[in-house]
Amino acid sequence: MSRISEAFNGKKVFIPFITCGDPDLKTTEECVLQMVKNGAGIVELGIPFSDPTAEGPVIQEANLRALSGGITTDDVFDMVRSLRKKTDVPLVFMTYVNVVFSYGTKKFLENCRDVGMDGLILPDLPYEEKEEFAPACREQGIDLISLIAPTSNERIARIAGDAEGFLYIVSSLGVTGVRSEITTDLGAMVSLVRENTDIPCAIGFGISTPKQAHDMSQISDGAIIGSAIVRLVAAHGRDAAPFVGEYVKEITDAINAD
Amino acid sequence: MSEKKGRFGIHGGQYIPETLMNAVIELEEAYDHYKNDPDFNQELSTLFNEYANRPSLLYYAKKMSEDLGGAKIYLKREDLNHTGAHKINNVLGQALLAKKMGKTRLIAETGAGQHGVATATAAALMGMECVVFMGEEDTKRQALNVYRMRLLGADVIPVTTGTATLKDAVSEAMREWTSRIDDTHYCLGSVLGPHPFPTIVRDFQAVISKEIKAQLMEKEGRLPDAVIACVGGGSNAIGSFYHFIDDPSVRLIGCEAAGRGIDGFETAATINTGKIGIFHGMKSYFCQDEYGQIAPVYSISAGLDYPGIGPEHAALHDSGRAEYVPVTDEEAVDAFEYLSKTEGIIPAIESAHAVAYAKKLAPQMDKNEIIVITISGRGDKDCAAIARYRGEDINE
Repeated sequence: MSRISEAFNGKKVFIPFITCGDPDLKTTEECVLQMVKNGAGIVELGIPFSDPTAEGPVIQEANLRALSGGITTDDVFDMVRSLRKKTDVPLVFMTYVNVVFSYGTKKFLENCRDVGMDGLILPDLPYEEKEEFAPACREQGIDLISLIAPTSNERIARIAGDAEGFLYIVSSLGVTGVRSEITTDLGAMVSLVRENTDIPCAIGFGISTPKQAHDMSQISDGAIIGSAIVRLVAAHGRDAAPFVGEYVKEITDAINAD
Repeated sequence: MSEKKGRFGIHGGQYIPETLMNAVIELEEAYDHYKNDPDFNQELSTLFNEYANRPSLLYYAKKMSEDLGGAKIYLKREDLNHTGAHKINNVLGQALLAKKMGKTRLIAETGAGQHGVATATAAALMGMECVVFMGEEDTKRQALNVYRMRLLGADVIPVTTGTATLKDAVSEAMREWTSRIDDTHYCLGSVLGPHPFPTIVRDFQAVISKEIKAQLMEKEGRLPDAVIACVGGGSNAIGSFYHFIDDPSVRLIGCEAAGRGIDGFETAATINTGKIGIFHGMKSYFCQDEYGQIAPVYSISAGLDYPGIGPEHAALHDSGRAEYVPVTDEEAVDAFEYLSKTEGIIPAIESAHAVAYAKKLAPQMDKNEIIVITISGRGDKDCAAIARYRGEDINE
């Protein structure tokens, strides 16, 4: 069982996301430590990409802010190395296939292991293309996280059957971003997942309020929040860490409430 | 040349979010069914011939041939198609397919506006809703085409993210498709994106080379020695090449937009300056930095201003079957003016890139050799921009 799966060990997990280097890596590191202090079970670190096609405007803009500050993939690895001295929370990269491919898939994953990463999420890597990246992940002991979407239907069994770490359930159609309402029949999706794997599953896309986070984690094993946090970073810039910490606490409390 | 599903050599594939997977699978199944359906093909052929003005002329450019003093030059006149470019071939095919699939709404990206106009046209014809995503920068460069699309009943959405050009319009159209799949078909405009798009678009554009082959056989009784076309994503080029790929005596030459030159950053010459990557659903060559960040490309031509190239072209480059040459803004503008003055044909600035390379190549060839240049579109849309390039300010 991987460190990621262990993080779920009988409890609901909150997985906050942050775009690395927005507005700089020092702020990212402070925010991550605040997240951990306030109950985050796993942290998702976005490596910025110039053209993030699965993201809504909030995270798109964060990617561009980070890149215009000159952040590179190597800088992000350095930050994780530093972060690892201060926390052992499971860490998962979220980025796009070209960032990994152009770096050299093998070298990227070797670095992931060296700096102490636990998992990798590639939103533009569907099941059909997974084997291009999966062997290098396996070799380095990095969980390649699979996603399922409201449109996955009969694909769920196959995807869940091969899943590692946790399954990322995309709550709604469309790109990342805050939504006032989530209408997908997530309960049915989760049941299908449960029939095919023991791997925990967490729901993301569109979640921002404590109530949504609570509801989502009741029907699954946890909730993932990105845009709402990135918005806080955008609003508070280099002073964002305490605001992020406060927000993470609010969400964690809601997830742990009965 | 596909080795496995959706692959051209190592290129192609389906690198897209899970949300879209069933949509592309549904599209592939529908296409596999209808491409062999006689009724579908009859309907498409009627649309081509009676609506889009096919077959397009293969015109012997006598004055140009004599002026350059080498090979005989023929022009494949895709500029004479309805809506003024080759884009209509693909759009009629995809719109008809979408209609058969029960879709009621078409979305599309556009660079110069030609594909957007073609999609809006097909949507009007077939009674479908239409939304076109266009980089804000391009809406300014091609204001007339924005008006055309609106006139045809389409919504044009200016894209302000990234460099606000074609690649951002593709990204935005993909995002839109992710959010609304049931009733919507993404009518991709070039041989780009995830499988099955590069194959579908190529098949609908292959009518160009099919006609060239038959028309030249009738006029000259033989194959051409070279076929030259401009390449952005590469749909008119693959259409012009396709039926000659298995004829090794025919040189296939794709002309990339070099912008201000391939030694600087202001270029869109993907094969000449890019490296292999994965973006917009496909593995292919892309202009990108050492960390895989997609480069902001530049060309005077909004239609070639794209940081990637279709995967089949990438494979034709790898195998050496086709050549990809850079052509600068300055050379393209010279050729734009040259063809206008020499033959009375104003080519699209995109197509002028192909004319520019033919001007260099023809004099090196024998008088009994034959070049076919695909004039992918007409140049009316470019007149104001070229005038500005030459320092003349005119109102459209």
